[in-house]
Amino acid sequence: MSETFQLRGSKPTRQGFGEGLVVLGERYDNVVVLGGDITSSVMTSLFKERFPDRFFSIGVAEQNATTIAVGLALSGKIPFFASYGAFCALRNADQLRISVCYNEVNVKIGGGHAGISVGPDGATHQVLEEIAYLRTLPHMTLIVPCDYLETKKATIAMGEMVGPAYIRFGRAAIPFFTRDDTPFEIGKAQVFREGNDVALIACGAMVWEALQAAERLAKRGIQARVINVSTIKPFDVQTVVDAARECGAIVTAEEHQVHAGLGGAVAEVVAKNYPVPIEFVGVKDSFGGSGEPEELMEKFGLTWKEIYAAALVAMERRDRGFIGYRTVKEVPRYEESHIDANAHPVL
Amino acid sequence: MAGEFPIVFDPVTYENRRRQPEEFAEIARMIRRDIIKSLVLAGSGHSGGPLGTADIFAVLYFGGYMRYNPSDWWTPRDRFVLSAGHICPVLYATLANAGAFPKEELRTLRKYNSRLQGHPGRDMGLPGVETSTGSLGQGISIAVGMAMADKLLDKNGYRVFTLTGDGELQEGSVWEAAMAAANFKLDNFCWIIDNNDCQIDGRVHEVMSIYPLEDKCRAFGFDVITVNGHDYAELCYAFDRFISNSEQQIGKPTAIIAKTLMGKGVSFMEDRYEWHGKPPNWEQARIALQELGENIPDPVSIT
Repeated sequence: MSETFQLRGSKPTRQGFGEGLVVLGERYDNVVVLGGDITSSVMTSLFKERFPDRFFSIGVAEQNATTIAVGLALSGKIPFFASYGAFCALRNADQLRISVCYNEVNVKIGGGHAGISVGPDGATHQVLEEIAYLRTLPHMTLIVPCDYLETKKATIAMGEMVGPAYIRFGRAAIPFFTRDDTPFEIGKAQVFREGNDVALIACGAMVWEALQAAERLAKRGIQARVINVSTIKPFDVQTVVDAARECGAIVTAEEHQVHAGLGGAVAEVVAKNYPVPIEFVGVKDSFGGSGEPEELMEKFGLTWKEIYAAALVAMERRDRGFIGYRTVKEVPRYEESHIDANAHPVL
Repeated sequence: MAGEFPIVFDPVTYENRRRQPEEFAEIARMIRRDIIKSLVLAGSGHSGGPLGTADIFAVLYFGGYMRYNPSDWWTPRDRFVLSAGHICPVLYATLANAGAFPKEELRTLRKYNSRLQGHPGRDMGLPGVETSTGSLGQGISIAVGMAMADKLLDKNGYRVFTLTGDGELQEGSVWEAAMAAANFKLDNFCWIIDNNDCQIDGRVHEVMSIYPLEDKCRAFGFDVITVNGHDYAELCYAFDRFISNSEQQIGKPTAIIAKTLMGKGVSFMEDRYEWHGKPPNWEQARIALQELGENIPDPVSIT
């Protein structure tokens, strides 16, 4: 499937999470929510206002909240616990491994404030490592939706599936472009733009950036396929292998460390099934810092410009006989002359 | 399971299970023998904690305090979570003697494909194992979650027991759980602390003191009862008090600090922390079984 996406506005993904929980609360009596003191930040406050009897404040105790959720799940509830990803994916890493995943219980975690776009709070709160950890946990389902509406759909879907699941969302308002009829399915990557010259495989906020990069590449006559990997685990192997076979060059883009996240997952699948050159856009082994979200995304190289340049590198490596990055003599860069810079919508 | 509730437990059935001390002693000896047998056959595992808590398990499971249907475990029941997952040989021996699964299965402890994993694994589906545990400090929180589910939502009146070690209390998350139990006024929640003052590296008070324990639990909002963990009358008193707390809805969780001796019942293991994490060899097992009233000439004859 493919469609042309229009910018519909700007909304934070966390709002989609909060609204999705309310929908779940209306549909299912046994959905309960645990708060970790930052309920308005991660918008579980919407559920709390609507269903005060099914909301329990656990305080600043993420390990305890995670395991209490396990006890609730073992008693037939569908517990959601949400906090910042830094605390509810990593602070409680052992609880997730043993009590949630090994137990294979119906615990749902909402990890907010993900990525560099958290902004002024700085490095401690900008989690950039949790995809790497979570996707190694057996039984875990890991969802990284691309905008507000997909986050809402994903939240509802994770409440309706059985088993441990984690959803990653952010703080800042980001482009909102999917529609009610845009397909979303757990475990399925969606082709958001057709093309056979290069594949841009992205998750989260980087999906919109990949679409922007594809528009610019099209002006050079390069048709990029854009794939939204909204579920990192279980991973949609077929869609990615098809892209490798049909495009022959891949760029991955994520608001996460370049190591062991979406890029790592794509590399594992491509190396095994259909090796083609891959370029990785993400945070390159560093911590974040304070600043406004947009300036941080620029600073850490998380915009369509890096995706655009990486696409040219990946295609060059393919065209010169599947060579490695270090043998590319002149690394193509994004050049202003190629692009009408004003075409980039103001976010 | 929703719809089958509220649970109706026949009180007479359970009150009839109150036993005389001699009966509990015999059950505990049986559990201890099964612990020794399964450990010597396994060739690895923890001896000290399981033997030290056998009396607690005898009273809890055979004194009518835990309500369960051994022939169909996953029906409405009280919950027990073994937070100190490493002492699972005592849980397995207790469950087998309670009829949850065939006793022969105790021979498979820690073996490939066994339902009796080295630390309890819920994935194996062993009746009576409510949750996987083994990473210390987590089971108690899971038990708090179970108690919340019933006390605050379902209101079916089941009780939740959990047993932690004392070294385990060095894990900070235990106190997060304790705080939550009191915060939510979980009078259906009973926290048993196996206080033998032994952990792998030595005496708990030397490795990292957890004392004063009674004061801590009380300050955290528990009704605290300290008992001799090998005295059946005292254990019954403590569990009776918990039941009464629960029935009268006092709005407080109960903590039972059971003073125990690691390795209790086997002379050369008693109160020796060296026995925390190792099994007996055959010669030691033979002597241990003899002390526990059973003569077995060789490992092949273990039944």
